[in-house]
Amino acid sequence: MSLAPFFAEGSSSVIEVLKRTDPWILCFSLITVVATIWMGFWSARKSKTASDFFVAGRGVSVGWNASAISGEYLSAASFMGVAGMVMKNGYDALWYPVCYACGYLFLLLFIAGPLRRFGAYTIPDFAEGRYDSALFRKIAVVFVLFIGFFYTMPQMKGAGTTLAYIFPGLPYWAGVVLVGAIITLNVALGGMKGITLVQAFQYWAKMFAISVPIFVLMSVYGGYHQHLAANRTSLDAPALMETAHSVEGGEVLRKEPPPQAPKDESWISPFGSLTTKAAAKAGLKPKDQRPYSLLYTYSLIIALVCGTAGLPHILVRFYTNPDGVAAKRTTMWVMILIGVFYLFPPVFGVLGRNWLPDLYAATGAKGTDKIVLELPRILNEKYGPWGSVLSGITCAGAFAAFMSTFSGLLVSMTGALAHDVYGRMLRPGASADQRLKAFKVATVLVGTVAVLLGTGVEQLDINFMVGQAFAIAAASYFPLLFLSSWWRGMTMTGAATGMLTGGLLALGGITLTSVSDLALQASLARKSVNHLQGLEDFWVHHPMVRIFCEQPAIWAVPLAIAVMIVVSRLSSRQLPADVRMKMLVLHAPEELGLKQEYIQEHQPGH
Amino acid sequence: MSAPPGEDIHSEAFLHRLMREQLRLSVACAATFCIALLGLPLLNYFFPELMAKRVFGFTLSWFILGVLFFPFVWIIAYVFIRRSLALEQKEIKRAQGPQ
Repeated sequence: MSLAPFFAEGSSSVIEVLKRTDPWILCFSLITVVATIWMGFWSARKSKTASDFFVAGRGVSVGWNASAISGEYLSAASFMGVAGMVMKNGYDALWYPVCYACGYLFLLLFIAGPLRRFGAYTIPDFAEGRYDSALFRKIAVVFVLFIGFFYTMPQMKGAGTTLAYIFPGLPYWAGVVLVGAIITLNVALGGMKGITLVQAFQYWAKMFAISVPIFVLMSVYGGYHQHLAANRTSLDAPALMETAHSVEGGEVLRKEPPPQAPKDESWISPFGSLTTKAAAKAGLKPKDQRPYSLLYTYSLIIALVCGTAGLPHILVRFYTNPDGVAAKRTTMWVMILIGVFYLFPPVFGVLGRNWLPDLYAATGAKGTDKIVLELPRILNEKYGPWGSVLSGITCAGAFAAFMSTFSGLLVSMTGALAHDVYGRMLRPGASADQRLKAFKVATVLVGTVAVLLGTGVEQLDINFMVGQAFAIAAASYFPLLFLSSWWRGMTMTGAATGMLTGGLLALGGITLTSVSDLALQASLARKSVNHLQGLEDFWVHHPMVRIFCEQPAIWAVPLAIAVMIVVSRLSSRQLPADVRMKMLVLHAPEELGLKQEYIQEHQPGH
Repeated sequence: MSAPPGEDIHSEAFLHRLMREQLRLSVACAATFCIALLGLPLLNYFFPELMAKRVFGFTLSWFILGVLFFPFVWIIAYVFIRRSLALEQKEIKRAQGPQ
C-alpha cells in the first residue's frame, strides 16, 4: 500500500508501468471491460421502471437465466481462487469447487421450489411475508449486507491482483479502486436488467477463458493426470531420474519447488496444509493432527454446501423465472454449467505447481492467486507471443469473474438499502423517482465501502474469503429458509433469535481469525511487533478453538437450528393464524392458483 | 364459493400429505448425496492407502472428488426434478378431481 513512491515520480512512473505491460494482455482485458460497460449502458436504455431495476421484469428464459445465474455465481474465487488454492494446498482445496457446485443441489432439493411458489422479490420479502412482520424484515436485511460485504472483499482482491499482473508495478490498492469505481458506475446506470444479459454473456466468456488456455497448455506440457502423477507419495515408485533443476516424473517435466511449497505427499493427499494448519502451529505430531484435520474438513463442507443455499444474491435470481417448472429446469442447467466449469480451475493449480513453483515464494497479489493469469505465459518460451495471447484471455475471464459477481452483489446490497432501508424505513412515501435516485446513491455508498474493505485484504486467499462468506450464510439464512419452508411451528421470534445467534457468532469467529491473520502477516512483512500477539499465542495453545472460529459452520448451523426450534416452541402463541394457508402456498403446485387466493385474503388486513 | 370437484385443498389432510411426499423425496435425494459427500472424508481418514492408489495418474481420492463427483450430483438433480414434476402433476389431479 505504498502511495508515495507511485505518485512521487508522477508521469515517468506511469510510463514505466506501461512499458512493462504486455500489449496482448492489456488488449484482451480492455475489450472485456469495454464490452461489459457497453452492454450495461445499452440495456440501461431498455429498463425504465423501478421494478425493472429490481428483478428484471420477472420473465427471463431458462437458458438465459441459467447462464446468468452461473455467470454471477462463478466469481473471482472460482476463476482465480480455486486454482490458486489447489496450487497452494493441494487436495484439501478440492472441496471448494466440488461443494460450490454441489451446494446447488441443496438449494434445489429444499429451498428453490417453496420460495419460488411463495413469490417475493428477496429474502427479506420472504421473511416479512412468511411471518407478517416488518420488524423481521429489518433484521433479515442486515445479513444481506454482512454476507455481501464478506463476499465483495475477495472480488476486490481478484481485481487488485489482476491489475497488478497486467500493469507490473501498479500498487494493489490502485487496481481495487479503479475496478471498484468502474463497476459501481455501471451498476448505478444499468440496474439488474442489464445484469441478466451481461452475466449470461459473461458465463460463456469465463467458460471459454478457463477451458481454451488449459487445453492448449495440456497439449503442450502434458495432461492433468500426468501432472498429478509427477507428485509422488511414499506409496508410489520413486522417480526414474532426478536433476537439480528438473525432475523427470514419469512422463512430464517439472521445475523444482522452493522450500515454501508443501511436499508432494502432503500436497496430493487429504488432510494437508490447509486443514492441519491450526494443529501444526500448536506443535502436535502429524498423527495427532489428523482428527483436527477431519473436523476442519467437515466444517468446511457444511459451510459450503449450506452456504450456497443461503446466498442472498443467488436466490433473487430464482424469481426471474416465469414459473416453478422453469425454476427447476434452470437449476438443473446451472448445476451442469457450473459443474463443467469447476473441472478446469484445479487443473491450473496442478500444472502451476509443476511449472510456476516460484509463486510459492511470493505473497499477496504476487502469490498463488494469480496462477490462472500467469500460467499460460510459460508458452512464450516455445511459441512466441501465443502465451501472452492466452494469458490475455484468462485475464479477460478474470475481469468477467469479479465484475459480474461484484455487480450482482452490488445490486442485491443496494436493493436492500434502497428498497428496505430507504423505501420502507426512512421514507415510506417516496415517489418512484426518489426511489430510483436512492438506488443510485446506495450503489455509490456500497461500492465505496466495498473498495475500502478490499484494499485491506491483500494477504488473505481469495477462495478462503469466499468460504468465510458462505459460512456466515450457512449459519444465518440457510436455517431460516430451510425451517420456514418445512416446519409450520416456526415463529418470528424463533426465526430471528436463531438467525442472529448463529449468524453473529459465526461472523464474530471469522472476523477474529481473519483480523488476527492479517495482523500477523503485516508484522512479518514489516518485521515489527504484532499488535495481536496475545491472540496468536492463544490460537497456538487452543487449536480446536482456532478451527471452530475459522470454520464455524459445524457448530453454528446446528446451533441456529436448535435455537430456532426451542424459541419457537416457547413462543408458540405467536404462530400466525393463517399458517396453514402459508404452508399451502409454499408447497401446493402453482397451477392450483393458491397464491392469488392468498393475496386476496391478505389485502384487507394490511 | 362452490366446492371443487376434487379433494378439499384447504383440508389438513391435503397439506399434510403434500408436505410429507415432497419432503420424503427431497430427503431421499439429500441422503444419497450426503452419504457420498460425508463418507469420502471418512474413507480418506480410515483407508489412506486405498485412497492413494493411482487411477489414470490421479490418486483414487482425487479422481472421485475432482472428476466423478460432478456427474454423480447431476444424476441426483435430474432424478429429483423428474420426480418432483410428476409429484406436482399428481397433486393437481388430486385437487381438481377426475375430469
